Amino acid sequence: MQVNQFHSLFYAFTFYFFGLVAIASAIAFVTRKSPVAAAVWLVLVMFSLAALYVMLDAQFIGAIQVLVYTGAIMVVFLFVIMLLNLGNPSELADARGKWGYLAALLIGLVMLAEVMALTRSNTIDRMIPPDLAAKAAAAAAAPLAGGVIGPIAAPLFNEYLLAFELTSVLLLAAIVGAVVLSKRRTNAR
Amino acid sequence: MLVEALALSAVLFTIGVIGVLTRRNAIIIFMCVELMLNAVNLSFVALSTLHGATGQVFVVFTMTVAAAEAAVGLAIIIAIFRHTQTVNLQNINILKG
Repeated sequence: MQVNQFHSLFYAFTFYFFGLVAIASAIAFVTRKSPVAAAVWLVLVMFSLAALYVMLDAQFIGAIQVLVYTGAIMVVFLFVIMLLNLGNPSELADARGKWGYLAALLIGLVMLAEVMALTRSNTIDRMIPPDLAAKAAAAAAAPLAGGVIGPIAAPLFNEYLLAFELTSVLLLAAIVGAVVLSKRRTNAR
Repeated sequence: MLVEALALSAVLFTIGVIGVLTRRNAIIIFMCVELMLNAVNLSFVALSTLHGATGQVFVVFTMTVAAAEAAVGLAIIIAIFRHTQTVNLQNINILKG
Protein backbone atom coordinates (compact mmCIF):
# COMPACT_ATOMS: atom_id res chain seq x y z
CA MET A 1 0.00 0.00 0.00
CA GLN A 2 2.87 2.32 0.90
CA VAL A 3 4.61 1.58 -2.39
CA ASN A 4 1.38 2.13 -4.29
CA GLN A 5 0.84 5.47 -2.59
CA PHE A 6 4.37 6.58 -3.39
CA HIS A 7 3.86 5.49 -6.98
CA SER A 8 0.70 7.51 -7.38
CA LEU A 9 2.36 10.55 -5.78
CA PHE A 10 5.28 10.24 -8.19
CA TYR A 11 2.85 9.84 -11.08
CA ALA A 12 0.93 12.97 -10.08
CA PHE A 13 4.16 14.95 -9.66
CA THR A 14 5.41 13.96 -13.11
CA PHE A 15 2.02 14.63 -14.67
CA TYR A 16 1.80 18.13 -13.20
CA PHE A 17 5.43 18.80 -14.07
CA PHE A 18 4.97 18.04 -17.76
CA GLY A 19 1.62 19.85 -17.79
CA LEU A 20 3.19 23.01 -16.35
CA VAL A 21 6.11 22.74 -18.80
CA ALA A 22 3.59 22.48 -21.64
CA ILE A 23 1.62 25.53 -20.51
CA ALA A 24 4.73 27.63 -19.80
CA SER A 25 6.35 26.85 -23.13
CA ALA A 26 3.05 27.41 -24.97
CA ILE A 27 2.86 30.90 -23.45
CA ALA A 28 6.50 31.49 -24.37
CA PHE A 29 5.73 30.24 -27.89
CA VAL A 30 2.87 32.69 -28.39
CA THR A 31 4.80 35.67 -27.06
CA ARG A 32 8.10 35.23 -28.95
CA LYS A 33 8.75 37.70 -31.75
CA SER A 34 11.23 35.58 -33.67
CA PRO A 35 9.58 32.72 -35.60
CA VAL A 36 12.56 30.43 -34.98
CA ALA A 37 12.35 30.87 -31.19
CA ALA A 38 8.59 30.32 -31.36
CA ALA A 39 9.07 27.10 -33.32
CA VAL A 40 11.61 25.76 -30.81
CA TRP A 41 9.26 26.54 -27.89
CA LEU A 42 6.48 24.73 -29.76
CA VAL A 43 8.79 21.71 -30.07
CA LEU A 44 9.09 21.72 -26.27
CA VAL A 45 5.28 21.80 -25.96
CA MET A 46 5.03 18.78 -28.22
CA PHE A 47 7.72 16.87 -26.31
CA SER A 48 5.91 17.37 -23.02
CA LEU A 49 2.64 16.35 -24.66
CA ALA A 50 4.38 13.16 -25.81
CA ALA A 51 5.39 12.49 -22.21
CA LEU A 52 1.78 13.02 -21.11
CA TYR A 53 0.56 10.60 -23.80
CA VAL A 54 2.90 7.94 -22.44
CA MET A 55 1.61 8.60 -18.92
CA LEU A 56 -1.97 8.25 -20.17
CA ASP A 57 -1.22 4.71 -21.45
CA ALA A 58 -0.91 5.76 -25.08
CA GLN A 59 2.71 4.80 -25.69
CA PHE A 60 2.33 4.41 -29.44
CA ILE A 61 0.75 7.87 -29.77
CA GLY A 62 3.61 9.32 -27.71
CA ALA A 63 6.14 7.75 -30.06
CA ILE A 64 4.49 9.02 -33.23
CA GLN A 65 3.98 12.41 -31.59
CA VAL A 66 7.76 12.70 -31.32
CA LEU A 67 8.36 11.24 -34.79
CA VAL A 68 5.65 13.04 -36.78
CA TYR A 69 5.13 16.32 -34.97
CA THR A 70 8.51 17.26 -33.58
CA GLY A 71 10.49 15.27 -36.11
CA ALA A 72 8.67 16.08 -39.33
CA ILE A 73 6.13 18.90 -39.10
CA MET A 74 8.23 21.29 -37.01
CA VAL A 75 11.30 20.63 -39.19
CA VAL A 76 9.19 21.59 -42.22
CA PHE A 77 8.17 24.80 -40.43
CA LEU A 78 11.81 25.62 -39.65
CA PHE A 79 12.78 24.87 -43.25
CA VAL A 80 10.15 27.29 -44.54
CA ILE A 81 11.32 29.98 -42.08
CA MET A 82 14.85 29.42 -43.35
CA LEU A 83 13.82 29.40 -47.05
CA LEU A 84 11.92 32.66 -46.74
CA ASN A 85 14.69 34.17 -44.56
CA LEU A 86 12.24 35.16 -41.82
CA GLY A 87 14.54 34.58 -38.88
CA ASN A 88 15.09 38.29 -38.29
CA PRO A 89 12.44 39.40 -35.78
CA SER A 90 12.91 43.16 -36.18
CA GLU A 91 11.11 43.36 -39.52
CA LEU A 92 8.20 41.36 -38.17
CA ALA A 93 6.58 43.68 -35.66
CA ASP A 94 3.50 41.60 -35.55
CA ALA A 95 1.00 42.33 -32.85
CA ARG A 96 -2.51 43.17 -33.85
CA GLY A 97 -4.35 46.31 -32.79
CA LYS A 98 -6.48 46.71 -29.71
CA TRP A 99 -9.50 44.92 -31.20
CA GLY A 100 -7.48 41.77 -31.72
CA TYR A 101 -6.22 41.91 -28.14
CA LEU A 102 -9.74 42.61 -26.87
CA ALA A 103 -11.21 39.66 -28.75
CA ALA A 104 -8.37 37.41 -27.56
CA LEU A 105 -8.85 38.52 -23.96
CA LEU A 106 -12.59 37.91 -24.14
CA ILE A 107 -12.30 34.45 -25.69
CA GLY A 108 -9.50 33.51 -23.32
CA LEU A 109 -11.56 34.56 -20.27
CA VAL A 110 -14.62 32.67 -21.50
CA MET A 111 -12.64 29.50 -22.13
CA LEU A 112 -10.83 29.72 -18.79
CA ALA A 113 -14.18 30.21 -17.05
CA GLU A 114 -15.38 27.04 -18.75
CA VAL A 115 -12.33 25.17 -17.48
CA MET A 116 -12.88 26.46 -13.95
CA ALA A 117 -16.57 25.52 -14.01
CA LEU A 118 -15.64 22.07 -15.29
CA THR A 119 -13.03 21.35 -12.62
CA ARG A 120 -14.83 23.02 -9.70
CA SER A 121 -18.06 21.09 -9.96
CA ASN A 122 -16.32 17.81 -10.82
CA THR A 123 -18.81 17.44 -13.66
CA ILE A 124 -16.57 14.97 -15.43
CA ASP A 125 -16.43 12.61 -12.47
CA ARG A 126 -20.20 12.63 -12.20
CA MET A 127 -20.66 12.25 -15.95
CA ILE A 128 -18.65 9.03 -16.03
CA PRO A 129 -21.01 6.07 -15.58
CA PRO A 130 -19.74 3.84 -12.76
CA ASP A 131 -19.85 0.67 -14.87
CA LEU A 132 -17.74 2.34 -17.56
CA ALA A 133 -15.18 3.51 -14.99
CA ALA A 134 -15.01 0.03 -13.48
CA LYS A 135 -14.55 -1.51 -16.93
CA ALA A 136 -11.80 0.98 -17.76
CA ALA A 137 -10.02 0.27 -14.47
CA ALA A 138 -10.23 -3.47 -15.11
CA ALA A 139 -8.91 -3.04 -18.65
CA ALA A 140 -6.04 -0.90 -17.37
CA ALA A 141 -5.14 -3.49 -14.74
CA ALA A 142 -5.24 -6.47 -17.12
CA PRO A 143 -2.24 -7.10 -19.42
CA LEU A 144 -2.99 -6.07 -22.99
CA ALA A 145 -3.64 -8.87 -25.47
CA GLY A 146 -1.86 -7.39 -28.48
CA GLY A 147 0.76 -5.38 -26.62
CA VAL A 148 0.64 -1.60 -26.89
CA ILE A 149 -0.06 -1.34 -30.62
CA GLY A 150 -2.63 -4.12 -30.92
CA PRO A 151 -5.60 -2.22 -29.45
CA ILE A 152 -4.95 0.65 -31.89
CA ALA A 153 -4.26 -1.50 -34.94
CA ALA A 154 -7.36 -3.67 -34.59
CA PRO A 155 -9.96 -0.88 -35.03
CA LEU A 156 -7.73 0.95 -37.48
CA PHE A 157 -7.65 -1.97 -39.92
CA ASN A 158 -11.16 -3.33 -39.30
CA GLU A 159 -13.68 -0.70 -38.30
CA TYR A 160 -11.95 2.31 -39.86
CA LEU A 161 -10.36 0.59 -42.86
CA LEU A 162 -12.18 2.82 -45.37
CA ALA A 163 -11.06 5.99 -43.58
CA PHE A 164 -7.53 4.60 -43.41
CA GLU A 165 -7.47 3.98 -47.15
CA LEU A 166 -8.97 7.39 -47.90
CA THR A 167 -6.14 8.91 -45.85
CA SER A 168 -3.72 7.80 -48.56
CA VAL A 169 -5.73 9.76 -51.14
CA LEU A 170 -5.62 12.78 -48.83
CA LEU A 171 -1.86 12.51 -48.47
CA LEU A 172 -1.41 12.15 -52.23
CA ALA A 173 -3.54 15.24 -52.83
CA ALA A 174 -1.51 17.13 -50.22
CA ILE A 175 1.79 16.13 -51.86
CA VAL A 176 0.61 17.14 -55.34
CA GLY A 177 -0.88 20.37 -53.99
CA ALA A 178 2.29 21.32 -52.13
CA VAL A 179 4.48 20.67 -55.18
CA VAL A 180 2.17 22.60 -57.52
CA LEU A 181 1.74 25.55 -55.16
CA SER A 182 5.40 26.00 -54.30
CA LYS A 183 6.69 25.43 -57.84
CA ARG A 184 8.47 28.45 -59.23
CA ARG A 185 6.52 29.81 -62.18
CA THR A 186 8.54 30.36 -65.33
CA ASN A 187 7.69 33.09 -67.78
CA ALA A 188 7.88 30.75 -70.75
CA ARG A 189 4.34 29.46 -70.60
CA MET B 1 -5.73 12.49 -14.04
CA LEU B 2 -8.59 12.71 -16.56
CA VAL B 3 -9.85 16.09 -15.35
CA GLU B 4 -6.34 17.53 -15.24
CA ALA B 5 -5.59 16.33 -18.77
CA LEU B 6 -8.83 17.81 -20.12
CA ALA B 7 -8.14 21.10 -18.34
CA LEU B 8 -4.62 21.19 -19.75
CA SER B 9 -6.04 20.50 -23.19
CA ALA B 10 -8.50 23.40 -22.82
CA VAL B 11 -5.74 25.76 -21.63
CA LEU B 12 -3.48 24.82 -24.57
CA PHE B 13 -6.37 25.29 -27.00
CA THR B 14 -7.07 28.72 -25.47
CA ILE B 15 -3.43 29.74 -25.85
CA GLY B 16 -3.60 28.67 -29.50
CA VAL B 17 -6.76 30.72 -30.09
CA ILE B 18 -5.19 33.77 -28.42
CA GLY B 19 -2.12 33.35 -30.62
CA VAL B 20 -4.22 33.22 -33.78
CA LEU B 21 -6.11 36.34 -32.72
CA THR B 22 -3.14 38.45 -31.62
CA ARG B 23 -0.32 37.60 -34.03
CA ARG B 24 0.13 38.79 -37.59
CA ASN B 25 2.94 36.58 -38.79
CA ALA B 26 1.33 33.93 -41.00
CA ILE B 27 3.79 31.20 -40.00
CA ILE B 28 3.25 31.79 -36.28
CA ILE B 29 -0.53 31.73 -36.79
CA PHE B 30 -0.07 28.42 -38.57
CA MET B 31 1.95 27.05 -35.67
CA CYS B 32 -0.85 28.18 -33.32
CA VAL B 33 -3.25 26.06 -35.37
CA GLU B 34 -0.90 23.10 -34.84
CA LEU B 35 -0.96 23.82 -31.10
CA MET B 36 -4.77 23.68 -31.15
CA LEU B 37 -4.67 20.36 -33.00
CA ASN B 38 -2.30 19.05 -30.33
CA ALA B 39 -4.65 20.18 -27.58
CA VAL B 40 -7.53 18.28 -29.18
CA ASN B 41 -5.27 15.22 -29.51
CA LEU B 42 -4.57 15.40 -25.79
CA SER B 43 -8.27 15.31 -24.95
CA PHE B 44 -8.75 12.38 -27.35
CA VAL B 45 -6.00 10.44 -25.59
CA ALA B 46 -7.28 11.38 -22.13
CA LEU B 47 -10.79 10.19 -22.95
CA SER B 48 -9.42 7.02 -24.54
CA THR B 49 -8.36 5.87 -21.06
CA LEU B 50 -12.09 5.68 -20.34
CA HIS B 51 -13.63 4.61 -23.63
CA GLY B 52 -11.03 2.27 -25.11
CA ALA B 53 -8.39 2.72 -27.78
CA THR B 54 -10.70 4.14 -30.47
CA GLY B 55 -9.73 7.66 -29.41
CA GLN B 56 -6.10 6.87 -30.19
CA VAL B 57 -7.12 5.75 -33.69
CA PHE B 58 -8.64 9.20 -34.19
CA VAL B 59 -5.40 10.78 -32.97
CA VAL B 60 -3.58 8.90 -35.74
CA PHE B 61 -6.02 10.33 -38.29
CA THR B 62 -5.68 13.83 -36.83
CA MET B 63 -1.91 13.66 -37.11
CA THR B 64 -2.22 12.61 -40.77
CA VAL B 65 -4.52 15.53 -41.51
CA ALA B 66 -2.19 17.88 -39.61
CA ALA B 67 0.77 16.73 -41.70
CA ALA B 68 -1.15 17.21 -44.95
CA GLU B 69 -2.39 20.58 -43.76
CA ALA B 70 1.12 21.70 -42.83
CA ALA B 71 2.48 20.73 -46.26
CA VAL B 72 -0.26 22.51 -48.23
CA GLY B 73 -0.44 25.53 -45.92
CA LEU B 74 3.31 26.12 -45.98
CA ALA B 75 3.28 25.81 -49.78
CA ILE B 76 0.56 28.48 -49.87
CA ILE B 77 2.65 30.69 -47.56
CA ILE B 78 5.66 30.25 -49.87
CA ALA B 79 3.52 31.18 -52.90
CA ILE B 80 2.16 34.26 -51.10
CA PHE B 81 5.67 35.27 -50.06
CA ARG B 82 6.85 35.03 -53.67
CA HIS B 83 3.97 37.29 -54.68
CA THR B 84 4.06 39.94 -51.95
CA GLN B 85 7.54 39.51 -50.34
CA THR B 86 5.96 39.37 -46.86
CA VAL B 87 4.16 36.99 -44.51
CA ASN B 88 2.70 39.77 -42.39
CA LEU B 89 -1.05 39.45 -42.69
CA GLN B 90 -1.50 43.20 -42.43
CA ASN B 91 0.04 43.56 -45.88
CA ILE B 92 -1.98 40.69 -47.37
CA ASN B 93 -5.37 42.37 -47.57
CA ILE B 94 -6.47 41.94 -51.18
CA LEU B 95 -9.74 40.38 -50.08
CA LYS B 96 -10.49 43.13 -47.58
CA GLY B 97 -13.91 44.63 -48.34
